[in-house]
This record gives sequence, structure tokens and C-alpha cells, in this order.
Amino acid sequence: MKKNIYKILIVIAVVLAFSGCGYNSMQQNEEAVNKAWGDLESQLQRRADLIPNLVEVVKGYAAHEKETLQAVVEARAKATSFQISPDMLKDPAAMKKFQEVQGSLSSALSRLMVVVEKYPDLKANQNFRDLQHQLEGTENRISVARQRYNAAVERFNFSIRKFPNSITNSLMLHLQRKEYFKADESAKTAPKVKF
Amino acid sequence: MNVIFRVFRNVLNNIRRTSVFILLFLMLTLSFIYALDVPKLQGRVNDYADMISPAVRTQLEAKLKSIEDTDSTQIVILTIPSLKGENLEEYSIKVAEQWKMGQKGVDNGVLLLVARDDRKVRIEVGYGLEGVLTDLLAGRIIDYEILPAFKAGDFDAGFTRGVDAIVQAVKGEYKATAKTKSLEKESSGSRFFPFFILFMIIALISPKRRIWGAVLGALLFPLIALFVFPFGWIFLLAMAPFGFFGGLLLPGLFFSSHRGGGGFFGGGFGGTGDGFSGGDFGGFSGGGGGFGGGGASGGW
Repeated sequence: MKKNIYKILIVIAVVLAFSGCGYNSMQQNEEAVNKAWGDLESQLQRRADLIPNLVEVVKGYAAHEKETLQAVVEARAKATSFQISPDMLKDPAAMKKFQEVQGSLSSALSRLMVVVEKYPDLKANQNFRDLQHQLEGTENRISVARQRYNAAVERFNFSIRKFPNSITNSLMLHLQRKEYFKADESAKTAPKVKF
Repeated sequence: MNVIFRVFRNVLNNIRRTSVFILLFLMLTLSFIYALDVPKLQGRVNDYADMISPAVRTQLEAKLKSIEDTDSTQIVILTIPSLKGENLEEYSIKVAEQWKMGQKGVDNGVLLLVARDDRKVRIEVGYGLEGVLTDLLAGRIIDYEILPAFKAGDFDAGFTRGVDAIVQAVKGEYKATAKTKSLEKESSGSRFFPFFILFMIIALISPKRRIWGAVLGALLFPLIALFVFPFGWIFLLAMAPFGFFGGLLLPGLFFSSHRGGGGFFGGGFGGTGDGFSGGDFGGFSGGGGGFGGGGASGGW
């Protein structure tokens, strides 16, 4: 009888230790990172889906800008062919590559947007204006989703490093820190218009 | 001599302490000055740049109130004199995240933001309205309803036509339901149910061996608290003694053979987790809607 009670108490103590050492909160934070990544990816996909229409419209008005258009099409193809699954978020090399392909798509797109400034007819075209709004909206969502992803990563990385959690993690969970999604430097500096 | 020295040291300590305080205070205020603040949410029309005439303002407020009454959709106007160099889109999402227009869960909020001196307009759309008020439509509303009037210098007409178009776009997407006040109350009450069960168990066990009741209380009380309250675990460990004495005293409360500990649970926990959703007291506040950067921008 007495032994049984001791056993029960030990089980309770173990359960208490588990929930007090951050086991749950670390899992929760990792899930938050995955969710934020999903949101970011769906916005990136949305951008990729808009591009063929954009290229089609621009082609009709600015046939001379073949190279710029070609660059956008190629960057899109590269970006869509390289996908990342949530369990690759801890892999710095894969994340670097992913950021590179998305970044080169961003800069190809912004070059195109600068080029079209030369074509007043195109800018007046309703179809083009609509696409431009959609593209701007998507870029903005991407930046919001990226900020939220980075915030989730920060929370997660901190939660696996802070004190009682770090012990739990090294003993049982073995979670690794996740990579941030940095803003691409080349995309940040808007290309200059040359005449 | 010794006394003088001690006094001197005290004074020095005091100075050090106050200077740390002053430094902290300065750092805090500086950080507030440097970022462009999100202004206070005053109502549905927040005309900080004085762009809207009083008559039109009343009309706009009435329109926005009626759409919220029927659809629960919250549309809010904000005008500011200047962005002070901040990015329009970043500022807009910052405002939306702080004001939380739209109802929690359905995210049906819209922000119409105008920066007067920057000559920029943005419509920020909550998650729940992205389907009807798409980036495309928001862009068209800016291009064809708002900007032409703004270009002509007629701000009143621009706001009126813009709001009409936004209302038309979002109307019918959601239905206003009775406030979920009573539901919230219930859920906060149910938090105490596990504690109730625990004390029932203790009350049944401990008349035989009082110390078991105390040990059980010490272990289970923090454990349950951990699942029920969003506190850190160190704080919760501090609750173990509470549980211990609770378990020790509880039988005295149930079986009146004892002096009685005088209700050790005496309301210390009341009021946790009562949400402060949209006030019914005449004021206006966001309902907790979420935003993800949807919408469109333009300039005149």
C-alpha cells in the first residue's frame, strides 16, 4: 500500500518536472515557426503565380525589353524549383540557397518595374495596373510574413537556449536552432534608372 | 568620523541610484521619440491631420457605425500629418496590429490611412476580408475613387467616395452576432473546475492521513495551475506551499471538526483572464482582428 503511494508520487513528480522544464513550450514554439514558414511560403508562391500574367502583359507593350523579361522568367523558374520543407529550416546551406533564389527573383522583378517606367501606354493599361497592385500587395505580404517568421524563429531559438529548457533540450528533444529569413541585400537597394 | 563617512556613503549611493533611474527614464523616452508613434484610437474617424470637415466626419462616422452594427466589420480612418520618413506600409501594419480592427477570429477589419504631407494613401485589409476586398479592388478604390478627388483638393469627397466603395465591397461578408460576453465569462469560470476536482479529492483522502492531503496539494496544485494559467514555471513552483497548506487545512473546511483555516482560497485569483473586448460603454475599440499586409497603396 505504502509502496504504491510512493510510485504514484514519483509519477506525479516526473510529470511535474516535464511540464516545468519547457518541454511543451519548446514544442509549441517550434510549431509556431513552422506555421510562420507556411505563411511565408504561400505568399512567395502567390508572387510566383502572378508573374506569368505580368510578363504576358508587359511583352505586348515592351517587346524590346526581352532581356529583362527573360531574366524574370528564369528567376521565377529557379525560385519555384527550389522548395524547402519545415525540417530544413535548421539547415543554413539550404536556407541560404532558398534566400538567394527568392532574392534574385525579387531583384529581377524590381528591375522590370523600373524598365516599364519608360512605357506610358503600358502604365495606362488597366490590366497592367491591376497586376501591379496585386504584385505590390504580395510583396508587402511577403515582408510582413517574413518579419513574423523571423520573430517566431527568435522566440524559438531563445526558448531552446534559455536556462531550464536548454537542459531538457540537450537531454531529450535535441531541437536545433532555426535560420532567419534575411532580407536580400540586392533587392533592398532599388536599381537606379539609367537614361 | 565613522558616522560622517557613513552619511557620505549613503548620499553617494542615493545619487548613484537616482542617476541610474534618470538614465533609464531618458533611454525609454528617447526610444519613444525615435519611432513614429501609433496615435491613440479615438473613434472610427481619427483625423489627426485635419483633413475632414466636421459635417462629413459625422456622416462618415455614421456610415462606419452602421456597417459595424449590421456586419460587425470594423472600418477605421486615420489621417496623419506626416510619416516622418517611415515606410507607409510598415507604419500601416504597425497601426493595424495595435488597433486590431475587426472581430477576433474573423479578422474583418479595414484601415484607411492617409499621410497628408507625403501625399500617400493606403487601404490595409484584415485577413478575413482579403477575399472580397482584394489588393486589386483596394487598388482600384484608391486609383478611381480616392485619388481623383484628392488630386482636385477635395478631401471630403475623396474620403466619402472611398468609404462608400469600401463599405460596398465588404457588405454582406459577415453578420453581426450577439456579443459573446456571456460565453467568455463561462470559460473563465471553467478554469477553476480542475481546482475544484483537486480539492474534492483531497477532502476525501485527507481525513485519514492529513499529510497525504498536504503532499497531494503541494504537487497537484502547481501542476494544474501550470495548465490553466499562462505563468512561468518558477512562479508556479512557488505555489506548491499554497497547495501544501491548502491540503493541510482543507479537511478543516469540509469537516468542521477543526478550527477552520478561514477560506484559504479567498478570492486571490479572481479576475484572471477576463478579456477586454470591444467595450459596450459608448467608446470604440478594435475587436482583436488580425492583419497580414493585404491591401493597396497609392499617392497623389
